[in-house]
Amino acid sequence: MAIRRGRGVAAINYPTGMNLGGDPTQALVHSTPTGNFMVTLSSVDLGQGMKQIMAQICAETIGVPTDRVVVDTADTDTGPHCMGTFASRGTHRAGNAVIQAAKEARQVMLEVAAEELEVNASDLETDGQGNILVKGAPQKSISIFDVALSAHFKRGRSISGRGMFLIPRSYPEKETGAMKPSTCYAHACTVAEVEVDDETGEVTVLTVKNIFEIGRALNPKMVEQQLVGGSWMGISHALYETTEPYYPNRDHGGTDFNQYLMPGPGDLAQTEIIVLERPSADGPYGAKGPGEMCANPQIPAVANAVFDAVGVRIDTLPITPERILRALKAHAAN
Amino acid sequence: MELRKSYFADVRKDDLHEIGQPRPRSDSPGHVTGKTAFFADRNFPGTLHLKMVRSPHHHARIRSIDTSEAERHPGVVKVLTAKDVPHNVYTILILIQIGPEDETVLADGKVRWKGEPVVAVLAETERAAQEAAAKVKIDYEVLPAVFDMEEALKPGAPLVNEYHGQNYYLYDSGECRKVRFGDVEAGFASADHVLEQSYQSSPIEHAPTETTGCVVAPEGNDRFTCYTNTQAMFFTLDNASIILQMPGNKLHFVGGTVGGGFGGKVDVIVEPIAILGAKLTGRPVSFIYSREEEMQISSPRAAEKVVIKDGVMKDGRIVARKVTGYTDAGAYSRHSPYGAQKGAGHYPGPYTIPNVWIDTYCVYTNRTPSSAMRGFGVTIGDFALEVQMDKLARLIGMDPLEFRFINAYRDGDMKAHRQPTEGAALIECMQEASRAANWPVAEKFMAMSSYVKGA
Repeated sequence: MAIRRGRGVAAINYPTGMNLGGDPTQALVHSTPTGNFMVTLSSVDLGQGMKQIMAQICAETIGVPTDRVVVDTADTDTGPHCMGTFASRGTHRAGNAVIQAAKEARQVMLEVAAEELEVNASDLETDGQGNILVKGAPQKSISIFDVALSAHFKRGRSISGRGMFLIPRSYPEKETGAMKPSTCYAHACTVAEVEVDDETGEVTVLTVKNIFEIGRALNPKMVEQQLVGGSWMGISHALYETTEPYYPNRDHGGTDFNQYLMPGPGDLAQTEIIVLERPSADGPYGAKGPGEMCANPQIPAVANAVFDAVGVRIDTLPITPERILRALKAHAAN
Repeated sequence: MELRKSYFADVRKDDLHEIGQPRPRSDSPGHVTGKTAFFADRNFPGTLHLKMVRSPHHHARIRSIDTSEAERHPGVVKVLTAKDVPHNVYTILILIQIGPEDETVLADGKVRWKGEPVVAVLAETERAAQEAAAKVKIDYEVLPAVFDMEEALKPGAPLVNEYHGQNYYLYDSGECRKVRFGDVEAGFASADHVLEQSYQSSPIEHAPTETTGCVVAPEGNDRFTCYTNTQAMFFTLDNASIILQMPGNKLHFVGGTVGGGFGGKVDVIVEPIAILGAKLTGRPVSFIYSREEEMQISSPRAAEKVVIKDGVMKDGRIVARKVTGYTDAGAYSRHSPYGAQKGAGHYPGPYTIPNVWIDTYCVYTNRTPSSAMRGFGVTIGDFALEVQMDKLARLIGMDPLEFRFINAYRDGDMKAHRQPTEGAALIECMQEASRAANWPVAEKFMAMSSYVKGA
C-alpha cells in the first residue's frame, strides 16, 4: 500500500454564446449633465462582475476613465432587451451592444465639442482623462463635462447612443447536421498532478496548471477570479460532487452542505493560470467567453492523472474513493 | 495569473486605455461590507410566504387532492392547485420555438418525479405555510417508474411524459440530433486500431450561495413587480406572461446582483406562481427555496452517458470517430433538448477528423428535471473525449500531449458540422502547457501554429 503520484493532460475548446445564435442583447448609453455616462441594460450580473466590464468597455469606446461610467441593469422597465446571462454570452453579446451604443454617443459628443471649439469633429480626439483635444493642437481643448453642459443647456443635443448585437440563428440541417453552432471559440489545456492513496482511494490534487486562450483579457484581475474559481469547480466535479451518488439509483442524495460533498479550502490544488489572447473577429475588443470553459479541462486532466497514478480507469463521475478502490480490487483480481 | 503576450502578438494591438487594465470592481466594497442588496433584502409589509406541497413518489396518478384542512390552518390565506394556474402546461424554450409544452406549474392528474410541486400554500408566516402544507391530503396511485436511460428507451418502458409520447425528445431530425461527415464505417475499416468506450456522469448541483427565489409586490394598479435572482430578466418575464396569461406590460422584473447562478437560475420556476399568489391575494408574496429544495428540487446538471468509438492509425491520426450521447432530462424538457443539441455541435472536439458520426439523444426519466449548468452539453462530453484521447495515445504507445498535436484543429480545417475553423488556438495552449508543466514534446510540435501556412 502506497501513495502513488500521477499526471494527466486535457485540451479543449468552447463556443461563446447561445448555441446556434439567435440571442440578441441591446444597450443604451447617454450622458448626464455631470459629465458621466450611463449604460442601460437588462442583463444580469451573476456576481462575475458584468457591470464592471460593461463600464470599462463603454469608457474605452467613448474615451473617458472607467469611473465616469455608471451601469444600470436588470430592470425590465428601464433596460432594453437582453436574452440573459448564460452560455458564456454576457461579455460578448452585451459588450458588442455597448460598443455600438457608445460609438454613437461619442460621435454626438464630438459634434458638440466641435461646435464649441469651432473645428471639425473629425479633427478631435479624446485623451482618455475626460478631455477632448484638437489633433495636433492639444492646447485647444474642452472637458467632457463642459461638452455635456453645452449639449444639455445650450445646444439642445442628447449625447446618447443605441446598441444592438445579434448573431443570426442557425438551423441544423436534418440529415447531415450542417450548422453554425457559434462564431468564436475559447481554448484551454490543463495539466493536473495528483496523489492517490491506493489503500483508501483518496485523491489529492497537488497542482493544476491551466492555459486559457480567451481572446482578450478585458480586466485581467477579473479574468483571474473567474478562471481560478472555474478551475476549482472543475476539480470539484471530477472528485466530489453529485446529487445522486449511486445514479441512476435515486437514493442517498445530499440535502445540505454536510451531505453534498465539495472541496474545502484545504482540498484545493496549487493553481496556476496562464492566459493567451488571440482576439476574436467579432468579440468586443476581441474578447471571447471563458466563463463556462474554464471549469471543463480539469475534469479529464484529473481523471487521466488518476490512471497515470494507479493504473485503473474511472470512467464514471465523480471519481470517488469507493470507485477507485473497487477498480483496484477488480484490477488485482485479474 | 500571467498573460503570455508573445503568442498572437502579430494579430493583436495592445494600444487600449481602459480595456486590459486590472481596474478594481466598483461593486466589491459593497459585497465585502455586506452592503450589496439582494432580492431577499426587499421587505414589504404584509408579505405572504409560499411553500410547496411536493410529490413523495417518483411516478403516480393523483386520485384526489383535499386542501380543506390546510385552508383552515391559522395564518393560511390562499391554497393554489393546478386549476388556479391560467396556462398550467408550459415549456420555457417555447420562446425560441422548442416545444412541445410538457410541464405543469402545479401537477394535474399525475406526478412524474419525486419532489414535483402539486399544491402551493400561502400563509402569513413561513411556519404556518409549512404546517399547512403538511395538512394537504393527496391520494396517489403509485405507477412504475424508470430511472435508467437505457431502460427508458426500451420498448414497453413506463411512459414518463405523455406530452412527448415517447421517452426521448423528437427533433426535426428524428429521435436524435445527427451529424454525418465523411464515411465513418470506411474509416473504421481502414484504421490500425478501433477503440469503443463508454463514459457516465451523475447529476450535479449548482450550489449557489444564494438559493433560488423571488419577492413579488403588487403595485396597486394591476401591475406586479417581481424582485428575482433570475439570470434572464425578459426570458423569465415572457414565460411568466404566457403561464399567467397576463400581458407583459403588467409585469415588471427587477434583478440585481445574483449570489451565484451557474445556470441554476434560468428555469422560470418560482416567479409565475408567486406572481399568481400576489394577484389572487392582493398581497406581496415571497417564494424562496430552502437549501434542501436547492439541492434536490431545483434542476441539476444532467447525468450523461457518452459512447465514443474511434479508429486510429499507428502514426497517431484519428481517422474516424462515432459519438453517441445521452442526456438524462429527467421528467421534463426545460433546457435539456438544447443541451443535447449543443453536444452535437461540439463533438468530435477540437480535432480534425475526416469521418464523423454523431447522435445525441435527450431522454426522459422519472427524476428531478435537469437543465442548464455551466458548460452543459459540453462539460461531460469533454470529460469523455479527453479521457478517450488519453486511452488512444496509450493504445498506440504515443505521448498523450504529442498525440493531441497530431490531431489538433487549425484555421481552415473543416469541422464535422461543416464550418471552417477560424481563430484556433489549441496548439498554442498545448505548447504553453508543455513549457509550464515541464512536459517536453518533440520540436516539430513546438514549431506548429494554428495559422494556415501562407495565409
